[in-house]
Amino acid sequence: MGKKKEKKKINEKVDVEAVEIEDDTWWWLTHKGIGATFLCISVFALLVRVAVSLHPYSGAGSPPKFGDYEAQRHWMEITLNLPVLEWYRNSTSNDLSYWGLDYPPLTAYQSYFHGLFLRFFDPDSVSLFTSRGYETYVGKLLMRWTVLSSDTLIFFPAIFYFAFVYHSSCHSSRKNDCAWHIAMLLLNPCLILIDHGHFQYNCISLGLTVAAIAAILSQRELLASCLFTLALSHKQMSVYYAPAFFSHLLGKCLRRKNPIHGVAKLGLTVLGTFTVVWWPYLHSTDALLGVLSRLAPFERGIYEDYVANFWCTSSVIIKWKRLFSVHSLKFISLTATVLTCLPSMVQQVMAPSSRGFLYGLLNSSFAFYLFSFQVHEKSILLPLLPASLLALEERRPFKWLMFYGLFSMFPLLCRDKLVLPYFALHALFMLLYLAPCGHGARPRNARPNNTKFDYFDSFKTFMNGFIYLSSLILHIVYLTMHPPEKFPYLFEAIIMLICFYQFAVFAFYTNVKQWSLLDHSTTDEEKKLI
Amino acid sequence: MESSSSTRQLLWFFAIAVCVKLLLIPAYHSTDFEVHRHWLALTHSLPLSNWYADETSPWTLDYPPFFACFERFLSIFAHYIDPQIVDLHNGLNYRANSAIYFLRISVILSDLWLLYGVCRLTKNADVKRRNLIWVLIVWSPALVMVDHLHFQYNGFLLGWLLLSISFLQEGKDLMGGFLFAVLLCFKHLFAVAAPVYFVYLLRHYCWKGLFRGFSRLSVLGAVVVAVFAAAYGPFLYHGQIQQVFNRMFPFGRGLCHAYWAPNFWVFYIILDKVFSFFLKKFGFSIQIPAASFTGGLVGDSSPFAVLPKISPSTTLIMVLLALSPCFIKAWTNPQPRMVARWIAYAYTCGFLFGWHVHEKASLHFVIPLAIVAVQSLEDAKHYFMLSIVSCYSLFPLLYEGQEYPIKVLLLLLHSILMWLGFSTKFTRASAPNTMVTAKKKGAQSKSIESSSPAAEKGGFTIGWVGKSYLLGLLLVEIWGQFLHPYLLGDKFPFVPLMLISTYCAFGIMYSWIWQLRWIISTT
Repeated sequence: MGKKKEKKKINEKVDVEAVEIEDDTWWWLTHKGIGATFLCISVFALLVRVAVSLHPYSGAGSPPKFGDYEAQRHWMEITLNLPVLEWYRNSTSNDLSYWGLDYPPLTAYQSYFHGLFLRFFDPDSVSLFTSRGYETYVGKLLMRWTVLSSDTLIFFPAIFYFAFVYHSSCHSSRKNDCAWHIAMLLLNPCLILIDHGHFQYNCISLGLTVAAIAAILSQRELLASCLFTLALSHKQMSVYYAPAFFSHLLGKCLRRKNPIHGVAKLGLTVLGTFTVVWWPYLHSTDALLGVLSRLAPFERGIYEDYVANFWCTSSVIIKWKRLFSVHSLKFISLTATVLTCLPSMVQQVMAPSSRGFLYGLLNSSFAFYLFSFQVHEKSILLPLLPASLLALEERRPFKWLMFYGLFSMFPLLCRDKLVLPYFALHALFMLLYLAPCGHGARPRNARPNNTKFDYFDSFKTFMNGFIYLSSLILHIVYLTMHPPEKFPYLFEAIIMLICFYQFAVFAFYTNVKQWSLLDHSTTDEEKKLI
Repeated sequence: MESSSSTRQLLWFFAIAVCVKLLLIPAYHSTDFEVHRHWLALTHSLPLSNWYADETSPWTLDYPPFFACFERFLSIFAHYIDPQIVDLHNGLNYRANSAIYFLRISVILSDLWLLYGVCRLTKNADVKRRNLIWVLIVWSPALVMVDHLHFQYNGFLLGWLLLSISFLQEGKDLMGGFLFAVLLCFKHLFAVAAPVYFVYLLRHYCWKGLFRGFSRLSVLGAVVVAVFAAAYGPFLYHGQIQQVFNRMFPFGRGLCHAYWAPNFWVFYIILDKVFSFFLKKFGFSIQIPAASFTGGLVGDSSPFAVLPKISPSTTLIMVLLALSPCFIKAWTNPQPRMVARWIAYAYTCGFLFGWHVHEKASLHFVIPLAIVAVQSLEDAKHYFMLSIVSCYSLFPLLYEGQEYPIKVLLLLLHSILMWLGFSTKFTRASAPNTMVTAKKKGAQSKSIESSSPAAEKGGFTIGWVGKSYLLGLLLVEIWGQFLHPYLLGDKFPFVPLMLISTYCAFGIMYSWIWQLRWIISTT
């Protein structure tokens, strides 16, 4: 019996090997199994992160406000030196107008622990008042290491969990694909540039989200809801994913014998996690409202800078800020967001599936990015995450999205003096994407064998090529030329227009794709059997 | 078709490395950066006759003329980028971004020569072997640390060496000799292998009967003389030749560098210390020279308390003695396939017994050995140890906190890649000879075998001695980095470095003995 099984296994292996015979290039990397492959790629990814962290951070040497680096350092200073209830309250010792804490409590706790670490090695860097604008060699090093350690401790294990679940569920997936996918996930240039260059801790909330997604894929809904609640309590931007989580879990519960029971269990888990995290602020409504008002900075307007979303792009023609009050804008943007989320939510409630869930995450985060209130350039990281989780299925669109995601952050990264890492990471991503014998290099069934000349298709290719080329040229123009004095933000606006167009097309495409899952759900299963 | 796709793959490996190297541009660089910048300025602003006479900066030109010409070539572009880089006086200690980017990128681009060498060496190897060699050389952590962090042009120079080896392996001895002569005119430290070249070429190329042999010898001699004439002729013409040699061979320097390279002399120094300590205990009066080695500067007086003083000629004799088995082998049985081993062995001897050896010189044998590392299981095991030890011995070069994670991760990544690569290549099922004959079948059966635990037995494993030695490496690092500063504070600041070089010296000695045994035992 055992022998038979082994023989069968061997036969299977031979089959796989027969397919891979030309993929010898990577066989040595993948033959030890997913663990060794992951270890190898993650050490490389870590090396790249450390190398990026050598470069300047946002607001380096630019008083009086500095940048995100100073904000994070300031939060460490505040959380370390003030009692918990004072963290979000304006007072003589906590000037909220100077980088006041505006993320949920988990970020504050994280700042506290990182502050302890900083105080141990360099007490001056987090002393109250006197440490404002503290910029030293050691200080920068310690701060960078806090991000690196958060990345290693949260994001990397989460990705491993996801890769393990994702690649063990579909048995046909080849080892090379798995390695390629891990590389795509861990070497996401946007995330690396923002976290280790610009300086933020997106790796924590995104890592928690990935872990939650992996938990859902492995049917552990309670764990998933707990992890996602943690992600929400770390960065409120995680709410971009909430519709997908909500609709998928709801759809699953409705399919059970006892839907109410399922929903109640999930609800209690979410509430319980929230209670634990928010405990210090639950004693009075004032405290809670104080924190909540810090999290929703409506006074900052519907958009800032030049973000490639609907409001900012359309403001070239329609001056939203002048036409509507903040209050009505809030309402309009909320309606628009909900409306765009709705199709993908309905699909998931109707037919919850793992693939559909991943598409749902992509669609809901895109809906928020394109239509919600107060979106930042950096928020493109949120749609990029589910896109990279789907990278194996959507290879070319993924590359496309990564390219324009990076491009949309180009002006921001230029301001941070991160041009060199921008190009280096961009090239690195493309190289890994096109790895020899990997899948980027020769897409499967790239072109169906029809001899008929398709006008629409060739027009599409032409348009895409044209936009791609012009964005490459724009990179150079942006770096070398000065905009005309009349329009100082001309280049930013063009970049924004191009990116918005691409994002909108992409969001439309993925919505269609998610809905088409509904029709093909049966044929897909048949395919898997074959 | 086959070769173009392999070139493309090699370029891919190289491009990945380039991306990482570009990211490392703002990292720490040693004074060697200023040395090379100054040489750019010097060769750009002074006439040839003054290159070796100039004393504007303490970093006088002390590489052979071809390297000076190389700097002259680079300085043309530097002048366009930013004239201040090549300004002899205003450029001193110039550290603007333009200078840093220019010099760093010049190193990255000069690595293309190494790439060409590797490409030529591996063009006939099978896919798996080829990929492994690329990983070992193109992604070498030691090269990244020395060239792209510390700052030097070793990749470029090693490219010449690899090219020379590739010609020798093909039996094109004249070309191999020519390239080696050129290399010597780039950096004279490579001359350690010259005796091996001499013996091998004399026997393998020239020893073909009286008339043919003599004509070949004269052709070879003419080629070498022509190369040296091209390099040194202009200085001879300007009457500068004495000055050139004074600069190139500064024997005023001591036996050991400030940081001891992990070689034989480490044991000698320690033995001396131990002797003097015990003799003192027993009541002998012994004059111990004050901090003779830890200070780094050694004057004329003997730095040893008990043991005899070592002179440069002693080291030369020792190197030649250590090389003699290799001469005998090269004479009795000159085989092209052994050339890489002999050359690497020569550099190992030079490293172990040479005068004023830098720890960076370990690159000279670690990189050529990568070519033979994939030939047998024994080679792979040896290379695994040697490569880790030599890379670790370079750690003190990058002493600042910012680069600490980089060097650790580089070594870790390299070890993991080697482990994965070697253990794929050497499972029990794939004895080297079956590999070559039945490649396709072998690949299939191997994957099956490797999945069952029994097959692992004969595969790539490190014995307990090796494992405990590598573990000791970890302990040395933990002591030096964490425990020593914590327990002893600022006392004995030289101890961690001494520990590293002593501990690594054991590994290098092992490698030397292993190579020696291999050379003697193979027929």
